[in-house]
Amino acid sequence: MSLLELRNVAGGYGQSRVLHDIDLTVEEGHVAVVLGANGAGKTTTLRAISGIISVSGEIRFDGKAITGKGPEAVSRLGIAHVPQGRGTFSELTVEDNMRIGALNRRDKEVERDLQHWYDLFPRLGERRKQEAGSMSGGEQQMLALARAMMSRPRLLLLDEPSLGLAPLVTRELFTHLGDLNRQNGLSILVVEQNANLALDIGHWGYVLETGRIAVQGPAEQLHDDEAVRKAYLEF
Amino acid sequence: MQLFINQILNGIGNGVVFASVALALVLVFRTTGVLNFAQGEMALFSAYVSWKLTTTGMPVWAAIAVSMALSFVAGAIIERTLIRPMEGRSPLNVVIITLGLFLGINALVQLIFGTDPQTMPSPFPEGSVPFLADTRIQKDTIGLMLVLLVECLALWLLLNRTSLGLKLRAVAANPDSARLHGIKAGTMLMFGWGLSAAIGALAGSLVASERSALDASLMQAVLVYALASAALGGFDSIWGAVVAGLAVGIADALTIQYVDALDGIEVVLPLGLILVVLVVMPNGLFGKRTVERV
Repeated sequence: MSLLELRNVAGGYGQSRVLHDIDLTVEEGHVAVVLGANGAGKTTTLRAISGIISVSGEIRFDGKAITGKGPEAVSRLGIAHVPQGRGTFSELTVEDNMRIGALNRRDKEVERDLQHWYDLFPRLGERRKQEAGSMSGGEQQMLALARAMMSRPRLLLLDEPSLGLAPLVTRELFTHLGDLNRQNGLSILVVEQNANLALDIGHWGYVLETGRIAVQGPAEQLHDDEAVRKAYLEF
Repeated sequence: MQLFINQILNGIGNGVVFASVALALVLVFRTTGVLNFAQGEMALFSAYVSWKLTTTGMPVWAAIAVSMALSFVAGAIIERTLIRPMEGRSPLNVVIITLGLFLGINALVQLIFGTDPQTMPSPFPEGSVPFLADTRIQKDTIGLMLVLLVECLALWLLLNRTSLGLKLRAVAANPDSARLHGIKAGTMLMFGWGLSAAIGALAGSLVASERSALDASLMQAVLVYALASAALGGFDSIWGAVVAGLAVGIADALTIQYVDALDGIEVVLPLGLILVVLVVMPNGLFGKRTVERV
């Protein structure tokens, strides 16, 4: 059984349909990569999963249907969504941002986790008392990742995490994502324009084109497929 | 010197009231981003409810507590039924709604409770205790200050030391992102409005008991002074609202005593203050400067 399954998912915003018949799965412990041009429906797919927009078709998480559930309910099931723009709580301190990630937890290990992520991202630890909105884009992206991890998710949804980041920072970010997947067994669904880096850590890739899955396959294969590269990835 | 100290004490008494209403304004603004022009009139309605309860023989403190509880519920209902439907539309819509509430609630008060002035009993003991330089300080001024202090402390603890407070602040800062973290944003907005209505109820009841008469115009001047205090304090700072409220109260008392030119038009002071603050330091004394990088 796959951790996340989308079957015949279609929908969009009001009258305009963005997604037509999306079939997509994320296996437990895998990284799935969704590639595609602007407007292909990548962000909309993530929004459909986390319940920000309602769609037709079926979305199953851990075997249970979550179609029609709102974002509050979906997040409580263990799906953490880092949206485009990183979802920073700008006026709040870095530490408050981190604690927001853990608000739904009932265990006693929140403090330990906090320290763990501060150790992994020392910049966040140094700036824990600072307003989150005053940090650089790269730091805010690390914060978004750490905040999402504070909820101890089973599935992480990432919407173009490299957007607006310097190449070196992007590389560092994907190194962290790869580590989280390999060492913690975290399942990830990442939407990216930076296909090279994403496919490097990915197991399975999808290319989205005008709301449909145009091509899919093992990440390595997509990475090396000349036709896919030319037609969809433009690199 | 005695006169001066007495005026300062008068100013503090009024300032505490301004600060309490400013607190309610700041709380709604901080948790929901709305400037509620009807805050004063909501407090007026609550004050009448407190008064009505005391006429049934209920002790004053109990009456105020019941009124606060009812106001909490009413505030939450107002958010859900009148403010929420405006979500995603121009902020002007919400401003118009709160102005409509301002007029509507005032009319409702006169309709339900009549237009005759009433007397709200004071929850504080009468009399005074010795203070500096042969002056005396009224026991109710001390009482008001204690209430304000407890109120601020409780609010500050709630917002900064509890997970409920963190949820409230998260929704205020970024409602979409808050939802993605499992926070029920709608519930938090209702809670913010309810809480501020309850604080307003306390403030309104205390104003009513301080002043000689409770009538439908009670809170209108108070609201202007409270808006001035909130602006001076920075609109998102609890302690800012309190310090500014006291400052505005004292400045007002001294103006009345020493500036004859403004005799009868003292309300120029808060209005002028709002203007100066907006022009010279839009973030107030204690407000955070909005810093944002992308």
